[in-house]
Amino acid sequence: MAEERHVITTQWARRSLAALALLAYPHLVPEFWVVSIGAHAFVLGIIALSMTFLAAYGGMISLAQMATAGVAGYTLAIFSAHAANTGASLPDWPWAVLAALCAGTAAGLLIGAIAVRSRGIYMLMSTLAISMILFYFTQQNTEVFHGFDGFRGVTIPSVAGESLRGPLATYHLCLAAGVALYALVGYLAKTPFGLAIQGIRDDPQRMASLGYCVALHQVMAFGVAGFIAAVGGVLSLWYNGGISPGSIGITATVNILIVAVIGGLGHPRGAFVGAVAFVLLQNFAVDLVGSDRFNTLIGFVFLFIVMASPDGVTGLWQRLRHRSAKVKAGGIVTQRL
Amino acid sequence: MKERMINMKDVNLKKTLLVIAAKINGKRINMKAVNLKKTLLIITATVTLASHAVAQTSVRIGGLATLDGPFVVLGQEAFRAMELAFEEANYMAGGKKIEWIKESSDGRPDIALAKARKLIEQDKVDVLIGPMSGGEGLSIKEYAKSVPAKTFVNGFSAAQETTLVSPSPNFFRFSPDGAQWQAGLGSYVYDAKGYRNVAVVSGDYSFGYTQVLGFMTEFCAKGGKVREKIWAPNGTKDFSSAIARIPDKVDAVYVMLGGADAVNFLTQYDQSGAKAPLIGGSNLLDQTVLSGKGPFRNRLVGIPSAHMVADGIEDAKYQNYVAKYKKRFPDALSAPSAPFFGYYIATKAVIEAMGQVAGDLGGDQAKFRSALAKVKLDTPAGSVSLDENRQSIANNYVTEVAQRADGVLYNKVVKVVPAVNQTLNQPRDAFVARGVPSRDNPSCP
Repeated sequence: MAEERHVITTQWARRSLAALALLAYPHLVPEFWVVSIGAHAFVLGIIALSMTFLAAYGGMISLAQMATAGVAGYTLAIFSAHAANTGASLPDWPWAVLAALCAGTAAGLLIGAIAVRSRGIYMLMSTLAISMILFYFTQQNTEVFHGFDGFRGVTIPSVAGESLRGPLATYHLCLAAGVALYALVGYLAKTPFGLAIQGIRDDPQRMASLGYCVALHQVMAFGVAGFIAAVGGVLSLWYNGGISPGSIGITATVNILIVAVIGGLGHPRGAFVGAVAFVLLQNFAVDLVGSDRFNTLIGFVFLFIVMASPDGVTGLWQRLRHRSAKVKAGGIVTQRL
Repeated sequence: MKERMINMKDVNLKKTLLVIAAKINGKRINMKAVNLKKTLLIITATVTLASHAVAQTSVRIGGLATLDGPFVVLGQEAFRAMELAFEEANYMAGGKKIEWIKESSDGRPDIALAKARKLIEQDKVDVLIGPMSGGEGLSIKEYAKSVPAKTFVNGFSAAQETTLVSPSPNFFRFSPDGAQWQAGLGSYVYDAKGYRNVAVVSGDYSFGYTQVLGFMTEFCAKGGKVREKIWAPNGTKDFSSAIARIPDKVDAVYVMLGGADAVNFLTQYDQSGAKAPLIGGSNLLDQTVLSGKGPFRNRLVGIPSAHMVADGIEDAKYQNYVAKYKKRFPDALSAPSAPFFGYYIATKAVIEAMGQVAGDLGGDQAKFRSALAKVKLDTPAGSVSLDENRQSIANNYVTEVAQRADGVLYNKVVKVVPAVNQTLNQPRDAFVARGVPSRDNPSCP
């Protein structure tokens, strides 16, 4: 009992330290680090979180998460004022955001309904196919999606007189969304729904014989992931000021997979750790090796992380801690891979 | 001194952390956390120091081009152009040393935006030269509005809206846009070639719409008719359905495709046995296509086209420019490309304006910007000045593919249209009122 209380106190202390660090961060660093590193990492992290949520608790790897975010982003762009005004913009932006979140969640449910009929590598392929269908559709439809050029100059709303475009506002918005969704995922994992999903991940047949509707739970999980990705899509649209088929194409899709994998697919925090690593590399690899070979460096780092630790940076961290704890205890260090 | 300060801070932090840790754990001191904090602190300190270490005796110029994605070759040309322009100025501008920071995009607007942010906010460049393609240009222009104290000079992007519709006061474009690149072509094919009815096959994106508008504005004004417009998505491999849709009774087919799409179309058009002669958009007949080996090569001679620059310009100044390029970059292309020209004159303009204000970038660069807006450049392809939207007014060259004695194909200049402005020398209000180019604008069936 005392032990348990002790663990909880440490946990809260750790959490408040992390919160303090995240809140103090934008005041300690130059603007570039606030927006292009901080806020950008949260945007990517949120979309990757939707993938990690499905993978960690549902055992399902979906490559349609960027596409789901894209559905939300496109919906918001259509209902917002933008450079090539087509007149569909809603007067109140919260309605446009609500529409985007609903569209993203609906897309998640729909994709889930198709994807849960397969598993493993086949689910990967079918979700990738859905992504590519959406990519080519947006690229070729000029009436609604503006084809290859997409939407530019989307108006970013103001709240209480302060534009959400400012660096601090952007950072705090992305931070709040990231923390809220992370907490949501943590909470869901402990609900009967989350436990059922994890049960299905481990043994779908047993869960079915216990009376759970396996497919329905999986589709619902896709719906939750769709909502998370939709929030990421909305933030991504505001962050970039627009969206085009390139934003949801194969490169963007694979980038989200890379973020999730280098962070570690086993725990939701991996999504954010991976996003930070990815954004830092993307921005500073050029400074390390020059503009001709920076992609090679990025590739090598990813390769190294995946080879050194199959469960990503978070896994690497835990393994190192494990090892040093054993060294301290004077025990024999066993090599685990 | 700085080192010392960091250490002092570190000690304090360590102490604080030790106290906190002791209170929480009651026993164990978490050394690892201390080390991590230390590392983080040093990183933060370094970052802050580095970003403030901008010497006043230098000017920082950022270059943004595509060393990744489909436009890699163009990106290499862009950086060559900046290098040559800097070398000609001995890396000095207005008495200040030039510091050059390069960043690479892959042609996507999002990536270009992220890289521009990095150049401006992290690398603290004073002037940014770039980007390469239309969508990137639109996104950089929007970003430019949010950093009014910096100056942006376009590299090669040619979307019309960038400077025509809600321009940014700190965004300058010394290269003409995609519609200006077609000036002279419409009337040339109407008068000299006698074409009256044409069909259009074009890439289905803003640059394609812009070029088609540039061509049709003149052609339709003369009385020509565009019977059918066929839009092909970028990266189309199979053009057979597009070719099948070309009406039988057209005098010619206007083709606005580039790179691999151009080669694919030309090959399949030749194989289909179609007879109608071709008219080229600005990218159809660049050196990569002209030096191609396919059977379509025989049909290239005589195809008219137009661009802001042409390898067949006979002028001594232009030939001198080609010779300089070949001498400095012997392993590069056989002649400087259009993006090379775009980035070259942009860089030249920046150096020129810096000289005029003697390197004074004070007052949020206001003096420098007003000098830049008034720069009159004497380029290898004629003089270039800017209009009130800071958009280029420049010569345009109508060309026809011809064969040199050694069998090499090149774009021979057949007509020079002097001082083309963004509204193609039509009244501004009427031109703007017709709206941005799209699939259906303009139309003269």
